[in-house]
Amino acid sequence: MIDAVIASRLQFAVTTIVHIIFPVMSMGLAPFLIYFTWKEIRTDEQVYQQLREFWTKVFAISFVVGTVTGIVLEFEFGTNFAAFSTAAGELFGGPLAIEGMMAFMLEATFLGIFVFGRDRVTDRLYMLSSVFVGLGTWLSALWILIANSWMQTPRGFEMAMQNGQPVVSLVDPIAAYANPRFPWMYVHMQNAAVLSVALFMAGVAAYFVWMNRDTAFWRKTMKIALAVLLISAPLQAIHGDAYGRHVAETQPQKFAAMEAQYDTDSSVGLKLLAFPTSFSDITDPRAENLFVIELPFVASILASGGDPGASITGLNDIPTEAPPVAIVFWAFRAMVGLGMWFILLAFWGGIRWYQGRLFDDDLLAKALVGSSLLGILTVELGWIVTEVGRQPWVIQGVMKTSAGVSPGLTGAEALATLVGFVGVYSALLVLYSYVLTRLIREEAPTRAATPTGDGNRGVTVPNDD
Amino acid sequence: MIEPTALPLSTLADGPLFGLPLTRLWFGLLFVVFGTFLALDGFDFGVGALFATRDDDGEREQLLSAIGPFWDGNEVWLVVFGGLLFAVFPVVYGDLFSRHYLLMFAILGSLILRGLAPEMYEQRHDRQWQRYWGRAFIVGSLAAPFTLGVFVGNWLFGVRGVASAASLTIGLAVVALTVVDGAAFLGLKTRGDLRLETRLFGHVAQVAYLVLAVAALLLGRSASHIDVTAPTTLTLLGVTVVLAAVYVTASRRGRHYVAFAAVAGQVYGLVALVATLLYPLVDPAVGRTAEAAIVSPLPLNLTTIGAALLLPLVAVYFVVLYSAFDGPVDEPEAYS
Repeated sequence: MIDAVIASRLQFAVTTIVHIIFPVMSMGLAPFLIYFTWKEIRTDEQVYQQLREFWTKVFAISFVVGTVTGIVLEFEFGTNFAAFSTAAGELFGGPLAIEGMMAFMLEATFLGIFVFGRDRVTDRLYMLSSVFVGLGTWLSALWILIANSWMQTPRGFEMAMQNGQPVVSLVDPIAAYANPRFPWMYVHMQNAAVLSVALFMAGVAAYFVWMNRDTAFWRKTMKIALAVLLISAPLQAIHGDAYGRHVAETQPQKFAAMEAQYDTDSSVGLKLLAFPTSFSDITDPRAENLFVIELPFVASILASGGDPGASITGLNDIPTEAPPVAIVFWAFRAMVGLGMWFILLAFWGGIRWYQGRLFDDDLLAKALVGSSLLGILTVELGWIVTEVGRQPWVIQGVMKTSAGVSPGLTGAEALATLVGFVGVYSALLVLYSYVLTRLIREEAPTRAATPTGDGNRGVTVPNDD
Repeated sequence: MIEPTALPLSTLADGPLFGLPLTRLWFGLLFVVFGTFLALDGFDFGVGALFATRDDDGEREQLLSAIGPFWDGNEVWLVVFGGLLFAVFPVVYGDLFSRHYLLMFAILGSLILRGLAPEMYEQRHDRQWQRYWGRAFIVGSLAAPFTLGVFVGNWLFGVRGVASAASLTIGLAVVALTVVDGAAFLGLKTRGDLRLETRLFGHVAQVAYLVLAVAALLLGRSASHIDVTAPTTLTLLGVTVVLAAVYVTASRRGRHYVAFAAVAGQVYGLVALVATLLYPLVDPAVGRTAEAAIVSPLPLNLTTIGAALLLPLVAVYFVVLYSAFDGPVDEPEAYS
């Protein structure tokens, strides 16, 4: 029988990995929706109304699936990690409660107006609703990441005994909640959400521009998405780099796992590519057993912020057991690699746009279509680095994950719900993909716009209403 | 690090607030939040149950339109309840949820089904698809209040196993109450035959609720902390009977706001009954009192300040939302 600890961790992993997709969609879409609403009200142009209506449908379905999967996450702390909840409730429960009252409420109530109320409320209230919905999604992430960043770099607490149980007692709320990790996480996460949605929009738009269906709507979408991509993709690399440095300083074990650095060493290179020379090295990518293409000194430079000779502490010199190195190592590489690809893609599109040939490059269109889901994949990889990389700790240096699991939980119970969730969440993913695909194929404006003359080629797909 | 006593914040919990010690204030407030969830999402559940009694596509669309703009916000009250329980009584949050492990997942599964189904129903307008999602909506709308009711019953009666006869009866009582709530809400949101026919179900469910609530109390009275004949218990039961009569009379006379308020009053009455039967315990299964389970003063004060600032604001959002969609759903609007 499977261990309750393993089953709970797997269950939390499955539910989080699926859940995160939907907040990413909401947070990323929010600024676009505010912009479309504002332009619609200001200019009265039909294309902005179409953009707002269509992407609101995508937002609404993402929000619903995000809500139902998010409630599960909140309650899983109590069901599966009761020991953690009891011990850390003083610091961890507060931000969750505030998130619900401050952010989720704002988002959910004004979404009712935003989705159903265009003809019922004034332009002003409607505009305000779009801003409140967006603000709600971003404030949600703020409080969730305040809680999470405290688990990564805990501060402002003491260990105390309460009712005969050890508790993490809050001492200094400002130190705890204005946590040094928080700004890095927040900027990196929110920019990632915007970047992911821009990639998704650009990919969908590129497909239709390539097919030449309703040029005005999809060309507008593609241009807006590309403009956002041009800003967000390079930004992601810039603050990602600074974030990495912060991890090296505050969570050396995670950084060592990201680099598969077992021995403490100085002048460490960054492994760009690492081909395993034997099968076992895939699951344990130690530097010495790999065929490695590396940038000399770069890992040291990253970790120290400029010193090529800086020393990096290896996993062998850290007393606690290491996190699963292979997962962290490969996820980190894939994340950075994809991030580089997004920058390249953005510049490629930017150059074509500058040349006035944005809609003529079939290869670019194909690349955008192929990349439409890669932003979300990259967010997943980033979270895997963050969360797997901090193991074995649930609260870094304070409480191990294995100590946080509900004491009375049996392996059988945990396995039963794990199997249940794998089934239900897979079904949710299939359903969401189906609904999204259907929306894109059938509910996006299909009226072929009058040819605008700028490279309008091929046959116009007839209106299939 | 700053000494806890150096912060003026830590003195707030010493004195009473609004004449109540903070422990009692929070004990009560948690139940108010849960009651608000049950009163609001309750009508969503009830409309889902009444969905089963409608065959006509147009009528089904009307029921969905009636709750469409509201249910997201309504359900967030459950999330707020969870968050506040975690923040204020973390040990209860952990113990209670892990003790009723499988039941919790039954609740979550029902909420997933109920949340997803109406949204999916609207995605495609073909018969097969809508039949399946219509059924899913009905099942989720019945299962969610039932499992939640069983959970509350287990909590109240200190059940340590899966469920007891008393907690199962509470589950059924909560289902009945949500049907009443749904019918009362449809009194505000629909017209004509639809209103008349759902009203009838509301009246039947109202009688069922009274019977089930009393039966649950009698079944659960053996638990040592339950005092069925306490003055508060008898008063709350009396008030519930009066409110039930007000609901039936007012809905017959077309006083739909009064009818809805009478049902909401019964929901808060049920929650108040649970709270007064529990107190001073907060987890009877292990004999834990609210006083022993409360979080320490500093985080409690922060949560108190947060809630004092934010809950009134949330009330404003709800007023804006509900007034934007005031009045019955028109049929043409339902088809859009």
